[in-house]
Amino acid sequence: MSDAADQPVEDVANKVDEDALGAFASGVDTSVDYPLRVEGLEKSFGGITAVDGATFEVEAGSLTGLIGPNGAGKSTTFNLITGMLKPDAGTVTFNGEDITGEEPHEIANRGMVRTFQIARELSEMTVLENMMLAPKHQRGETLWRSVMPGVRDDVREQEEELLERVWEVLDFFDIAHIAEEYAGNLSGGQRKLLEMARALLTDPDMLLLDEPFAGVNPTLEKKLLEHVHELREQGYTFLLVEHDMDLIMNNCEHVIVLHQGSVLTEGTPDEIRSNEEVIEAYLGGNV
Amino acid sequence: MSVRDDFTARIPGGDAGLIVLVLLGTYLAYVLAGFVLGYTLRGQLNSIATLTFYIGVFAMLSLALNLHWGYTGLFNIGIVGFMAVGVYVTAIVTKPTYVAGGAAQVGGLGLPLWVGILAGMTAAALLGLVVALPALRLRADYLAIVTIAMSEIVRFSFLSGELQQFQLFGNRVGFGGGSGLILDFAPPLEALLRGVGLWNGYLGFVDAFQVLVPRNPKPVVDGLVYGLLLLGFVAGFYWLLKRTGESPFGRVLKAIREDEDVANALGKNTDRFKIKSFMLGCALMGLAGILWLVPQGAVTPNFFRPRVTFFIWIALIIGGAGSNTGSVLGGAVFAAVLYQGPRYFQNLVSAVFPNLDSPSGFGQAISPLISQFDPVPFLLYTVDSIRQLQLVVMGLVLIWLMHNRPEGMLGYRKETASVIPLSRPKSMTADGGSDDSVRTDGGVDAAAQGGETDE
Repeated sequence: MSDAADQPVEDVANKVDEDALGAFASGVDTSVDYPLRVEGLEKSFGGITAVDGATFEVEAGSLTGLIGPNGAGKSTTFNLITGMLKPDAGTVTFNGEDITGEEPHEIANRGMVRTFQIARELSEMTVLENMMLAPKHQRGETLWRSVMPGVRDDVREQEEELLERVWEVLDFFDIAHIAEEYAGNLSGGQRKLLEMARALLTDPDMLLLDEPFAGVNPTLEKKLLEHVHELREQGYTFLLVEHDMDLIMNNCEHVIVLHQGSVLTEGTPDEIRSNEEVIEAYLGGNV
Repeated sequence: MSVRDDFTARIPGGDAGLIVLVLLGTYLAYVLAGFVLGYTLRGQLNSIATLTFYIGVFAMLSLALNLHWGYTGLFNIGIVGFMAVGVYVTAIVTKPTYVAGGAAQVGGLGLPLWVGILAGMTAAALLGLVVALPALRLRADYLAIVTIAMSEIVRFSFLSGELQQFQLFGNRVGFGGGSGLILDFAPPLEALLRGVGLWNGYLGFVDAFQVLVPRNPKPVVDGLVYGLLLLGFVAGFYWLLKRTGESPFGRVLKAIREDEDVANALGKNTDRFKIKSFMLGCALMGLAGILWLVPQGAVTPNFFRPRVTFFIWIALIIGGAGSNTGSVLGGAVFAAVLYQGPRYFQNLVSAVFPNLDSPSGFGQAISPLISQFDPVPFLLYTVDSIRQLQLVVMGLVLIWLMHNRPEGMLGYRKETASVIPLSRPKSMTADGGSDDSVRTDGGVDAAAQGGETDE
């Protein structure tokens, strides 16, 4: 989580980014404004083409929605971006660097972290352990540092710092009261919160949320959305895969519609809402 | 289960106290059995030494396996292969160089034992690396197949006539084939005591021991002191693995066990963590093998059959995978009850009923049961062949455990994977930000307040 002092600066950055949207439309293009670029991404499984030349960008500091009917290739695209799958063709660029085909952990270390469609908590670890796992480059992740007397004090010191941050994030997500519970005992909604909190602790620039609201009750959904908006204001970039059209339309400023593995159209929610092709795709017409 | 929690929490000294308590109880049972059997003091001391030896080796091995399976979720069923490589490499490095006409068919490099032990551990770790590199990228089951195959390949390599003798650095060395190797060098205890200059003092102590054991006390004292040394090694393993587990490193291992994709998506290079964990465990298995077999004076490849691997698995399952304390307890209980126990039980029965005439074959044992409903001959036959039935008993125990207590003795305890306790730091306000309106989803918040960390 960013320090409170950073926030005004980030807000300014957001305003600049909003102006940049216009700049992009007129052909001026700086990679800083679009941390994630996907170009001509292709992936097929056996004879079935799941992603077929998907090309889009995600603007810095935005909350971008990725929608599409079932089988449009949303999750596959996500997996291709985050390295869980290797694309057959196309490139993924993050912060100006080509990350195509990198391992998931390399991509996560570059500052792009994902959550999973079905919350994948580490069930036999406590919420606190789940959270403590996430921060990057922990000294104690090197075996000898964790074991050697003396050097372990360094590790202890860092653990103490991390622990404070973990509790801050737990407070931010209002899950401090379940901190000592095993993650496997949490309810579905709490798992989603835990997953987002955990992803946040890796100190990412960009969060990819795969259906974060699926199976979450309306009250918690509202809560989660508040968190997302609050974080966005702090300068995080979000790419969101979601089934729920209304939710995307009401919360995202930019929407990308995938259909049969490629981008059907993209634009503001209003533009998407009135797009005939999108309606047809969702209603199963032959596009 | 909460009763057990209370019980383990009430033992003074915590985990160490629990281990000591179990060990004392086991020794007491063995000493009592020794009294019934009419053992002399020498016999009692010998049986304690043997028991300690097996407790030591099984505790070490199940601790090492716990790192693989309990922490990292690596399904290693080739433990005995890593032990074998440890022992054989130690033997080749440490055996005196070949002299024509000597007792040994092949020689070694004639280096000190500690060099041999380090070489053996390194070889086991490197074998672990070789096995891990292709297998760790596959699903867990494939690692199991690869490891058990590897352990058999290792055994057959040591059996093979081709490798019976070969030249290494101009020395005639070899694995000795089916007849094995004579370990014609000072055993670990002697090497250690000579190394620290206490050998003469030790011999003096052995002489003083004649007060208790008049004739030839050295084997008795050797056994007892070596048993103590092994317990020291168990403590070392425990210390090392506890620190490994209770650290950010151990946290990543745990995460890999739970869901490798998640750990990877959070930026952890899971392959590297798995390989490190696997190699460390393999090196420890090699060391445990060395400490088990080198004092025996000779080693044959057929000791390293897969069943030893499964003994260690049973020990870990009894103790509870995931808990280091449980691993030690499991090793101790397995050694005392399932490994050494049946023999003692048989001796006890024949000591208490000296005139029992057990039937000599299965037919004579079973026919009275069928024709006259007389179960006595069958029972006698069972007791008489209890050593052969040892594996059946182990299987039954395993089945019972899987049904009734799959988490073992202490597997329900989760040792928190962090260097520090994870409670809210004192510098932060006690209930900052936890306003009650957030409990929107009817979770487990009430229970969580009383959640214990088990440390």
